[in-house]
Amino acid sequence: MLADKDRIFTNLYGLHSWRLPAARTRGAWDGAKAMIAKGHEAVIDEVKASGLRGRGGAGFPTGLKWSFMPKDDSRPSYLAVNADESEPGTCKDREILRHDPHLLIEGSLLAAFAMRAHTAYVYIRGEFIAEREILQAAIDEAYDAKLVGKNNVNGWDFDIYVHHGAGAYICGEETALLESLEGKKGQPRLKPPFPANCGVWGAPTTVNNVETLASVPDIMRRGATWYASLGRPGNTGTKLYCLSGHVNTPCTVEEEMGIPLRELIDTYGGGVRGGWDNLLAVIPGGSSVPCLPASLCDTVLMDYDSLKAVDTALGTAGVIVMDKSTDIVRAIARISYFYKHESCGQCTPCREGTGWMWRVLERMADGNAEKAEIDMLLDVSNQVEGHTICALGDAAAWPVQGLIRHFSHVIEERIEAKATEPISPSVPVAAE
Amino acid sequence: MSVRRLAADQPEGFAFTPENLDWAKGEIKKYPEGRQASAVLSLLWRAQEQNGGWISEPALRYVADMLDMPYIRVYEIVTFYTMFNLSPVGRYYVQVCGTTPCMLSGAEDIKAACRKHIGPKDTVSEDGLFSWTEVECLGACVNAPMAQINKYYYEDLTPENFETLLDKLRNGEPVEPGPQDGRQTSAPLGGPTTLTDPALYAKDKSGPEPGSAGTSDETAKTRSR
Repeated sequence: MLADKDRIFTNLYGLHSWRLPAARTRGAWDGAKAMIAKGHEAVIDEVKASGLRGRGGAGFPTGLKWSFMPKDDSRPSYLAVNADESEPGTCKDREILRHDPHLLIEGSLLAAFAMRAHTAYVYIRGEFIAEREILQAAIDEAYDAKLVGKNNVNGWDFDIYVHHGAGAYICGEETALLESLEGKKGQPRLKPPFPANCGVWGAPTTVNNVETLASVPDIMRRGATWYASLGRPGNTGTKLYCLSGHVNTPCTVEEEMGIPLRELIDTYGGGVRGGWDNLLAVIPGGSSVPCLPASLCDTVLMDYDSLKAVDTALGTAGVIVMDKSTDIVRAIARISYFYKHESCGQCTPCREGTGWMWRVLERMADGNAEKAEIDMLLDVSNQVEGHTICALGDAAAWPVQGLIRHFSHVIEERIEAKATEPISPSVPVAAE
Repeated sequence: MSVRRLAADQPEGFAFTPENLDWAKGEIKKYPEGRQASAVLSLLWRAQEQNGGWISEPALRYVADMLDMPYIRVYEIVTFYTMFNLSPVGRYYVQVCGTTPCMLSGAEDIKAACRKHIGPKDTVSEDGLFSWTEVECLGACVNAPMAQINKYYYEDLTPENFETLLDKLRNGEPVEPGPQDGRQTSAPLGGPTTLTDPALYAKDKSGPEPGSAGTSDETAKTRSR
């Protein structure tokens, strides 16, 4: 278990003020100038040595990502902060934005310095209005204290602006975020070219998640060795976990990477509603990752590699717990509806496939289907996965695949219970 | 994707108030020269606020002209981004999160309460005070079920405390955003189980910042640099 002294987000619950004077007493902005004085490469090397991986879901090594930015380019470089948190089950960046905004601003300065960028845009989801007001006020404080801006005390000219979205999940995808930042519909771009070569307005850009950036100042202050000593090799550091659904005390908590799922639920979530034996399934990393049946939840560790080994993913570490009262087919059908609603409509497999999967699952939830359709559904999900410009297609396919992998017997039982008369094979219907 | 069209009945025209116009010019300055289109989302949002909660076609054209964008580009944007309402909403616009984590925690009951106390989904109540809709994940899953009413989040809802909330709004009484069950933000009910070491706060004598979940003052404008 993580000791309080090893936690980065010491104002996670807003028990203290987010304002600059209080944030400073908790350590924010301490030694930022000295970190910058070490040079661009030193910051990147420290972050690389810490083993920090992107906290937005994909888990790409952060230091490596920064090193892709051009070192000598006539175009300006940009940092885009991804605060478009919208993955169902995930509400961690929100706590940083409203309770520890100075860690994010400081981390953005350090990241921008490492990548030789003088400008950052924080793309915050449109619904986070209170969070946006606080972040803007914190940025104003940082400008007033000359911590950021031109000729600031930290020695690297840096402007940071708040930019908000307007209710599109897809804008959390990095290239869709860039499109949206340019004032367009958030439809993802093909890669290559990668944003580090051609990002916002055709200039080198790196997109980083809020939690990733807000972790950087403490990594620099306490050292990569400290951070790397937490968790397991390749899965280092601390992580904000969000426990939602059927736990006794849902909450967000910072814990060590690789904490056992059961320990996480029992210690912080107050246990599964009705006891551990009442557990049906857990979605461990936000709605887009496949669910785990209770049998796998006993021993699995919450980190990138352990969850990958059981065919799911850490994602954003939004842990959605479902007890035995849950209609798992309907729960996954609701996730499918989410992806149908949020598909940007650019790629045919996703635009048509998400709606198709949702409609079939709704019928299956009623038992109004044929058993052969389970295989057909799996087949269609495989045709969506990997056949789209961005990962939303994958994200829509994985929960369906997880359902079929672990709970196809539930669908079959429901079909059997309903089986009164044969139903004609479904005819695919065009999207609405 | 969802089908979204402009309302059949449209007002005559739209123009920012002088205060909003000044603010809009500041927004445009956030972006490099010639990249003023980047301000489209925030300008549309302010236009929607000024227009009582929805985007009219004249407002869409006004913003497009201001940013030197073709009308079709802004039309694409208001139909793509679901926070833009294309027809009028109630004085209190209730957006109930219905995605799986909220659904598991009782969002269906909150939707039923909306149907009972407000009326059918996407319909403005007769007194013009309320309308409600179901939205996708609002990102407050550990405080489920929850709803956004106008600007702010109201969390840890039950049909009972939600009904109280609606009654207060109906009677013009102040309401407090955030958890409705007395819980401290996203900490476990009953109090935090971490961050209890007083040594962490040896120098920090501050308490919770008031209004961190938003204020009940409807006239408060978003602060912008």
